[in-house]
Amino acid sequence: VVLGEAVSAADEITVSAALSLKSAFEEIGKTFEDKYPGTRVFFNFAASGTLQKQIEAGAPADVFVSASPKEMDALERSGDILDGTRSDFASNVIVLITAANTQTRLASFNDLRKSEVERIAIGNPAAVPAGAYAEEALRKLGLWDILKARLVYGEHVRQVMDYVARGEASAGMVFLTDAISRHSELKVVAEAPASERKPVLYAIAAIRAARNATGANKFIALVISKEGKLVLRKYGFKVTW
Amino acid sequence: MITDGSAWFSLRLSLQIATIATALVIFAGGAVAYLLAMKNFRGKDVIDMLFTLPLVLPPTVTGYYLIILFGRKGLIGRPVFEATGWSVMFTWEAGVIASFVVSLPLMIKTVRAAIESVDKSLICASYTLGHSGLETALRVIFPLAKKGIIAGTVLSFARAMGEFGATLMLAGNIPGKTNTMPIAIYSLASSGEWSKAHAMVVLFTVISGLFVYMANAFGKSPV
Repeated sequence: VVLGEAVSAADEITVSAALSLKSAFEEIGKTFEDKYPGTRVFFNFAASGTLQKQIEAGAPADVFVSASPKEMDALERSGDILDGTRSDFASNVIVLITAANTQTRLASFNDLRKSEVERIAIGNPAAVPAGAYAEEALRKLGLWDILKARLVYGEHVRQVMDYVARGEASAGMVFLTDAISRHSELKVVAEAPASERKPVLYAIAAIRAARNATGANKFIALVISKEGKLVLRKYGFKVTW
Repeated sequence: MITDGSAWFSLRLSLQIATIATALVIFAGGAVAYLLAMKNFRGKDVIDMLFTLPLVLPPTVTGYYLIILFGRKGLIGRPVFEATGWSVMFTWEAGVIASFVVSLPLMIKTVRAAIESVDKSLICASYTLGHSGLETALRVIFPLAKKGIIAGTVLSFARAMGEFGATLMLAGNIPGKTNTMPIAIYSLASSGEWSKAHAMVVLFTVISGLFVYMANAFGKSPV
């Protein structure tokens, strides 16, 4: 069968990563294969919770990258993570966006008070993490009660971005990385203050059952190196130097 | 865009998985449908319910059960891993398992109804003429239920081609290894790569439509 390649475990690594990291990690993966010729990087992209369940069930992954500390904490507790390999390597912020070609001139969150801003799209705070963070930011800025009647809820971040891109909402709030993934249609106006309640952190670690622990450690080293961080920053992730 | 090798890989993988899963479904589904339609035994209702469950459960729930069964620490996965050092998780074969499980009920339901509508006097005649149960099944019942079997095959194949949730859980979304077309489309849409997603959606729709059309045309042709 065509697809059953016989590659020994030492020549490849499987990185189970949160879907929001896809574009950035594919680029880092290419850099890794250039740096270490002969080692192939396979990615498994899905929601962090799905990846956690797969690893708990013994899926043959070498590296786990979660979009929030919760799933990583759970795997650390269950002993599935290789001690000392974890790094909380990047974070994300909520930003205010408008359509790239909008007539509405916004320069800050305070400008949302303007009457011309009829509707503001955010994720449903009860269901969408970006929506819960948007609510927290608006409350902190003292804008929640003023703007509440003008908010429209999207059931996922894509829907929020569609509302804004199509001009059905004058502005919206999503993660910076999401806004950058559609930079031709969306313009970033301002960054919201970081959450104190629950920072948006990305965590990476090697899996205890890794078949290629050496490769896993090399990959993590690349992600948290200056080179890796430059790539992450390009896609909108916040990194510390 | 469409010439991007990854799109063709995903298409080939989807076709490969759906073809193998459907072939297995024809045999397993045919056998189970025959038992349910022709035999009476204790626990028949339970068997019927178990085989119908994947039809009504959300695919991610089915996928969760499959992980529990086939994971390296799973009920079936552990002994296999201990004996061979191999785990089906994150392989394309896992996609076959997921597609098989979710499309099996469609085959069973359709073929069972077809078998139940076969004229009982013809079956009795076959027995009277001295044919065994197996001979009667293969030479009378299944040929007369042929249309149901073809319909079930088409439905199962279409379902297997579109399988997403359970496959994502058991086989993962590994580009170049397990990203079937539906998974690749989901992945592209989630990361905002709309132009690539659009091209794949069109390709997938055309090819799926073509298969259903061909199967329908074949099903209608006189024997």
